[in-house]
Amino acid sequence: MEIDIDMSQFHDIFFEEAIEGIEIMEKELLNLKPGTDDSDIINTIFRAAHSIKGSASTFGFEEIGKFTHSIESKLDSLRNDELEITQELITLLLSSVDCLNNMLSSERSGKEHDTSSIDTITTKLDEYYSPASAAEKNREIRQDEPEPQITTADAADSAVRKWKINFFPDEKLFYTGNDPLRLIRELKTLGKLTVEASIDKLPDYSELDVHNSYLGWVIDLEGTVNQEQIEEVFAWVEGDCKLSIRNETEHRVIPDRRDNTNPAGRRKTDNEHRSIRVSTDKVDELLNLVGELVITQSILNSVCNTQGPGTSERLHQCLEQLERNTRDLQQQTMSIRMLPIDNAFQRIPRIVHDLSIAQGKNVTLKLIGESTELDKTVLEKIGDPLVHLVRNAIDHGIEMPAERASAGKPENGVITIKAEHEGGHIVLRISDDGKGIDTDTLLAKAIEKNIINDNHDLTETQIMNLIFQPGFSTAAVISDISGRGVGMDVVRQNITDLGGSVEISSEKGIGSTFTIKLPLTLAILDGQIVKVGDQTFIIPLHSIAETLMFDKEQTNTIAEKKELYQYRDKYIPVIRLYESFDIKASTSSDTDKLISSTKRQKDLLVVFETGDRHAGILVDDVIGQQQVVIKSLEKNYDNVPGVTGATILGDGSVALILDVTTLSTQQYEPAVSLNTV
Amino acid sequence: MINILLVDDSVSMREMVSFTLNQAGHNITEAEDGVQALEIAQSNTFDLVITDINMPRMDGITLTAQLRGLDDFTFTPILILTTETSEPRKIEAKQAGATGWIEKPFDPDHLLATINKVI
Repeated sequence: MEIDIDMSQFHDIFFEEAIEGIEIMEKELLNLKPGTDDSDIINTIFRAAHSIKGSASTFGFEEIGKFTHSIESKLDSLRNDELEITQELITLLLSSVDCLNNMLSSERSGKEHDTSSIDTITTKLDEYYSPASAAEKNREIRQDEPEPQITTADAADSAVRKWKINFFPDEKLFYTGNDPLRLIRELKTLGKLTVEASIDKLPDYSELDVHNSYLGWVIDLEGTVNQEQIEEVFAWVEGDCKLSIRNETEHRVIPDRRDNTNPAGRRKTDNEHRSIRVSTDKVDELLNLVGELVITQSILNSVCNTQGPGTSERLHQCLEQLERNTRDLQQQTMSIRMLPIDNAFQRIPRIVHDLSIAQGKNVTLKLIGESTELDKTVLEKIGDPLVHLVRNAIDHGIEMPAERASAGKPENGVITIKAEHEGGHIVLRISDDGKGIDTDTLLAKAIEKNIINDNHDLTETQIMNLIFQPGFSTAAVISDISGRGVGMDVVRQNITDLGGSVEISSEKGIGSTFTIKLPLTLAILDGQIVKVGDQTFIIPLHSIAETLMFDKEQTNTIAEKKELYQYRDKYIPVIRLYESFDIKASTSSDTDKLISSTKRQKDLLVVFETGDRHAGILVDDVIGQQQVVIKSLEKNYDNVPGVTGATILGDGSVALILDVTTLSTQQYEPAVSLNTV
Repeated sequence: MINILLVDDSVSMREMVSFTLNQAGHNITEAEDGVQALEIAQSNTFDLVITDINMPRMDGITLTAQLRGLDDFTFTPILILTTETSEPRKIEAKQAGATGWIEKPFDPDHLLATINKVI
């Protein structure tokens, strides 16, 4: 039966799977320790490589298949104790995994392979032998020969031959699922067949076991058929029968080959969850729909509440029930997007491994709380900042072994990454036990770089936070590893973009800790609803420090523009949204008329903090707190500076969610007109 | 139409084999490793089992041996789907009771041709 199947339809699944395989290989390679023999780890790596090899060649990626075969050969030698685990081999295998990853990316994007680096690594792999295994060399070379392909070339040999085949199956042949009749049927497809059955071994009826095979056959086959084709028919029963294949003219007999077996296959247990694959687009769409449902739900609530006491009790009960169901549904849906932070940790061990070797430092990595879950989007975006902080910790934190020893510390430095839930947040702490941050050097640098001037009045914490300023780098010589053009300012920016914050604490000689606080999800937000003129805004609750009655007496205006408010022991900038967003006073809207006629405008100052900065937003009224579903403004309208998104409130009106970080930095830039939104 | 139990930890391979066999009009049940396959085999019978060798939890050779211990699978053809072309591996599989093997890489036509040898 000929079937036409387009193999490219499976490519995406293959790529996804191969990348997972590569991740497993990398992770497990990093778990391998030189001089040990952890067969479980080696088997896991082998299996991943083996699986990639098999699928790659099946789906037509021969180069990937061939390259993976080279890796697999080395792993097989490791598995069979023909090679020893050395640091050199681990490093070689790691770079092979990198190369494999690059090959996959090239295939995926339709680019050419970087053949020179593939060849280099293939050669290194093929030529690698640990000293102990030099004797195995010859054997290795034989194993590395390309695997035989299904041979059809001989079929072109068109000479008609006569074959005599003696086929006497062992009694237990049926127990392997084979059946002599099927084999004879297959032989029939090769040429003209004459079959003679031998009943010599057929026992008496009383001793006959119907599950045994007692018959033998002498078969004459005539056709344009070669020995290999016949052998292939009997390949599966080789060893389970007495077989001779004789060319009537050539009289060639193949020996009855029976190989000895090798030890039973090793097993490994794994906890793997059963799962289905769903595209993230579908999940996001589902989440979006649930968001709509939550909004409709709150509109329904407020409609019902405005109906007054006459509304039926039953309706209220139903609404409450619906609200609970909606919440559960929303939580469950959001949990689909939640992934263990493990995913973001994946690259870290490799980086620590490579960097510490490159710099001659001894570094141990400790990962704690890897199963802590957070939103996929947050997870994807936290990877880079995390990597950067770890690089930094090795580059600038952990000292050289000798330096550590002379400081009375263990030569081995420790970097700990700990993830945990704290309230509605995920907190990530990246700590090292290195030399800590030298605030004096930092200050000098900041002054030199004109980030601050001589007569500053900064606390220790503020000085440390200077490293987050754009254009700051303390390394005397920018190493090729840390200095990749991304500064700590970008790290902080990435984190704040996610609605998170980052803080440093450090003690000279003891070490440093970076604490990253992240929201669990980007889909919903606990917000404070505030009124400014005819507009309603949402301020993220987590950034609010407190809300005060605005006292005009406590303000100072400097440079005729900057308005500062005395907040506790410092002055904080005041943001007037009327000006920043060019808002009209509340005369146009009916609801606002209601508010302004019943309540006096209050002039409240909502003080918020982002990072180490405080600022206050002046608002007319604070209405309440609510969990809001974030709708992207960018997707639905356009990016507006100072606004992270929008939401729909219970009364059906749209409220903008303020981006307090941007507001506090851009407050004096030209006003953005809100009336166009 | 025959009922086939397909065991492979690789989703892409499962999809491909499944798709091909479906096209040929066969009925496929999938399992992602030996353990799951064995669970399925406890309460179902099949005309053919196709299994990968290298899988987590339980490999294909162990699965084959286990299946042969079940009454319903004593004579069922079991094909090993594998890249292992080395002789010892095949013999190991055969000793466990495997009927034959399908070597990767294979194309859909080769797969169907091989399967037709045992049905």
